[in-house]
Amino acid sequence: MLAILIVAFAVRASLGDPLREIMGEAVPEAERAELRHKLGLDAPWPVQLARYLGGAVRGDLGTSTIYKRPTLEIILAKFPASFELVLGASLIVLLLAVPAGIYCAVRPRALGARLILSLSVLGISIPVFLTGIFLITIFSVWLGWLPAFGRGETVRLGPWETGLLTRDGLAHLILPALTLSSIMLPLFIRLVRGAMLDELGHDYVRTALAKGASPLRVWLLHALRNALLPLAAVGGLQVGTLIAYTLLTETVFQWSGMGFLFLEAVTRADIPLITTYLVFVGLLFVVTNTLVDIVSLMLDPRVDLEGTR
Amino acid sequence: MRLFLLVASVALFAACAAQGAAAKTLRMAYDSDPTSLDPHEQLSGATLQTSHLLFDPLIRFRQDLSIEPRLAKSFETIDERTTRFRLREGVKFQSGRTLSAEDVVWTFNRLKQSPDFKALFEPFSEARAVDGLTVDLVTKGPYPLVLNLATYIFPMDRAFYSGVDERGRPKAAIVKHGASFASTHASGTGPFIVTEREQGMRLKLKRFAEYWDKDSPGNVDEIVFTPIKEPATRVAALLAGDVDFIAPVPPTDLARLKQASCCTLITMPSTRVLTFELNQERVPAFKDPRVRLAMVYAVNSEGIAGKIMRGLATAAGQLSPPGYAGHDPALVPRYDLAKAKALMKEAGYESGFSVTMMAPNNRYIEDARVAEAVAAMLAKINIRVDLQTMPKAQYWQRFDERAAGIMMIGWQSDTQDSANFYEFLVMTPDKDKGYGQYNAGNYSNPEIDRLTLQTQSMTDRGARAEVLRKIERLLYDDAALLPLHWQHLSWAARNNVKIGAIVNVIDMPYLGDLVIE
Repeated sequence: MLAILIVAFAVRASLGDPLREIMGEAVPEAERAELRHKLGLDAPWPVQLARYLGGAVRGDLGTSTIYKRPTLEIILAKFPASFELVLGASLIVLLLAVPAGIYCAVRPRALGARLILSLSVLGISIPVFLTGIFLITIFSVWLGWLPAFGRGETVRLGPWETGLLTRDGLAHLILPALTLSSIMLPLFIRLVRGAMLDELGHDYVRTALAKGASPLRVWLLHALRNALLPLAAVGGLQVGTLIAYTLLTETVFQWSGMGFLFLEAVTRADIPLITTYLVFVGLLFVVTNTLVDIVSLMLDPRVDLEGTR
Repeated sequence: MRLFLLVASVALFAACAAQGAAAKTLRMAYDSDPTSLDPHEQLSGATLQTSHLLFDPLIRFRQDLSIEPRLAKSFETIDERTTRFRLREGVKFQSGRTLSAEDVVWTFNRLKQSPDFKALFEPFSEARAVDGLTVDLVTKGPYPLVLNLATYIFPMDRAFYSGVDERGRPKAAIVKHGASFASTHASGTGPFIVTEREQGMRLKLKRFAEYWDKDSPGNVDEIVFTPIKEPATRVAALLAGDVDFIAPVPPTDLARLKQASCCTLITMPSTRVLTFELNQERVPAFKDPRVRLAMVYAVNSEGIAGKIMRGLATAAGQLSPPGYAGHDPALVPRYDLAKAKALMKEAGYESGFSVTMMAPNNRYIEDARVAEAVAAMLAKINIRVDLQTMPKAQYWQRFDERAAGIMMIGWQSDTQDSANFYEFLVMTPDKDKGYGQYNAGNYSNPEIDRLTLQTQSMTDRGARAEVLRKIERLLYDDAALLPLHWQHLSWAARNNVKIGAIVNVIDMPYLGDLVIE
C-alpha cells in the first residue's frame, strides 16, 4: 500500500494540473498560482506525501477537487454500484460458463461445443467498449427492451444504495453486467472445459461410469467438484481484472461506480481522488486474494482448517 | 350502465390527458455537469448554462446576438462611464424575497471578489443603487462592453446568502476547493429550482411557480439532467427514447441523427475558433512572415471542416466569427499549395525543417485528428512535424510551458467581442497585465498591441469596429497564427421537444422558454 502511495505521489506532476479544471481558462496566472499555493500543490511531492500521510492518520484522505467532498466518502458511496455490477457479471459468468464448459468437455466433438468455443474466441477479441455499444444498439435502440444507460431506480439500505431490489434497477443492470462478463466468459468456458477434460480422463470417473452410475451424477458430483478447485483460484485472481474492466463498462453505460469515477478523476486531473482510488483498489485486491485463499482451502478436501485429522 | 362506463372512461381519459399536460418532464443528457451551483465559482460553460436555469441575468443575448432585457427591463447610457439599469418590479427570488437594486449591487461586489470572474469585471469601478429598482454600473473609464458584461450579472438573493451556515462559515464565501454553502444551495430568480442533486449523476429541477416571466412560452415542469460522458451512449439513449434532449452530438453520429425520424438535429457555428500558434522563440524560421504565410497557404482548412469535422465546422481565415464587430468577410481561408511552396523557396526553406507540435485529444471536437491532418499537410511543403497529442489535463501544463513549436488552442471570447481574442492570443505576452496569456507563439506586433488597447476605451461602435477589423486584417496579412475553423455546436432532441427556439451560438440553451408538445 505504501508502495502504491509513493508511486501515486511521484507521478503526480505528470497527471495534469487540477487548477485547470477548477478555474476558467481565461483566469490570470497569478490567481491560479495563489490557489495552487493555498491547496499545497506547489510543494515537492515528498512533502505532499508526508502531508497526506499526516492527514490519513486522522482519517482524512484528502478532498476531491471536482466533487468538493472527502475522497474516501465519494469512493465508498460509489462502491456499491461497482460491486453490484461485478456481482452481476460474475453470476452471469458462473451460470453460463459452468454449463457451457461442462458441455464442451463431455461432448468435445459436438457441433454445439465447437460453436461455443469459436463464439467465445469472438467474445475475447472484441473490445469491451464495442460489446457495450453493440448491446445498447441492439437491445435499447432497435428492440427497445432495455434501458441504455444509468442505474435506474435505486433503494437506499443504510449507506448502501442498491439497484438489485427494484425491477427498474435490475433491468438497468442486465446490459452492463453482460458486457462486463463478456471478457471473462470465454476464459472461464475454456477453464471449466480444460479442468473437466482433465478430470474426465481420470480413472475414478471411468470406474464410476463403468459401475453404472448415471453420467450426469458423475460429471456434476465427482468430476466438477474436483475441477472447481483450480477454477476458484484462477477465478479469484480474475476479480481484479474484472474491477479493471469496470472502468470501460461503466463509462459506456454511464454507470455511477468507482471505475467511472476514476476515469472522470483522471481526465479532470483530480489528484486527491486518483490517489485514494489507487489505495482503495489496492486494498480490495489484498482482501479478495485473501478471501480466495480461504475459499480454495475450504474447497480442498485435503486441507483441514480445524486441524483435526 | 354502459353510459356510466363511457362517462367514466372519458373522465379517466381526460384526467390522464390533463395530468399529461400538467407535468411535462424534460430528460436531458449533456457531456458534463456543473461542479457547483455557485454562479461565481467557475467561469465555464457548464456554470453559465446552470445559471440561466436557476438565476436570470440583467440582460441576455438573443439568437442573433442582439440584447434582450431580462431582469433589467431597460437600460440607458447616462454618461461615458455610467450605464443605468431599471429592474422589473415584483420579481421573486426562489426564497420568496423580492428582487431589489441592493441584490444587484451585492452580486456585483461578489463578482469582483471571484477569482474567476474578477478579471472580466476589472474595467468596472462600482455598482450603485440609485433607488430600490435602479442600478448604475460605473466603469473606470469609457468602456464599450458594459452590456456584454451585464449578461454575466445573475442577481443572487442577498439575504439568502448572508450570515453563516451550520458550520459557522460565511454563506457568501466563494470556495474553489471543498464544499461551500453557495455551491450546494441556490436562490435566484430563475425558472427552475433544484430538487435533487447528485454531482456527476443527476440534477433534478422543478419549475419555480412564482417565476416572473409569465410571457415565457416555456411549459417544462421538471428537468432531469443526466451527464452522459460517452458520446455513443448519449446518442443511443436519445434514439432509444431514454432521454429527450442531448448535446453535443459527435461528428460520427450526425448522419445517423439526420436520418432518424424520431429526432431533430440542430447545428450552428459557435464562436469558438480553433487555431495553431507558431512559436517564434522555439523555431527561428517562424520569425519569417513568409514561412508563416506558406503554412497558412499549405493548410486546407475547408478540407478539414468537410472531411474530418464532417461539416461540424466552418473553415476560418481569421479569429472573429461572423456576427462579431471585428469580423471581415473578405478574410477568407487561403489554400494554395503552389503558392505555399513558392513562399518557402523565397524564404530559403525549400528543403524545409523539422518542428514539434502538440495538441490535446479530448478538449475540442476531433482535436487529435485535426492535428494529424495539419501535420500531414505541412509535410507537403517539407515541414516535418513531430506531433504529440495528449489528454487536456496534461496538455494545459505543456501549453503553459510553451513546450512545442506549434500548439493548438481553441478560443471563445468571454465578452462576445473580438478584442478578447487579440488580448489573449496575439498581444505581446505581459505577465503583469495578463495580456497574451495564451499567446504560445510569442507573436509580438506593437501595432496590434496599440490598436487593441485603443479599442478598450472606444465607445463609438462604428469607429471601434473599424479598428477591430483593421487588427484582423493585419493578423491575416502577417499570418500571425494558423486559424483552422469555428467549431459548430450541435443539439438533438425528440421531435416533440422544440429546441429550435431556445438554442443559440453561445451554447446557453434557455430551457426556461422550452416548449414540449
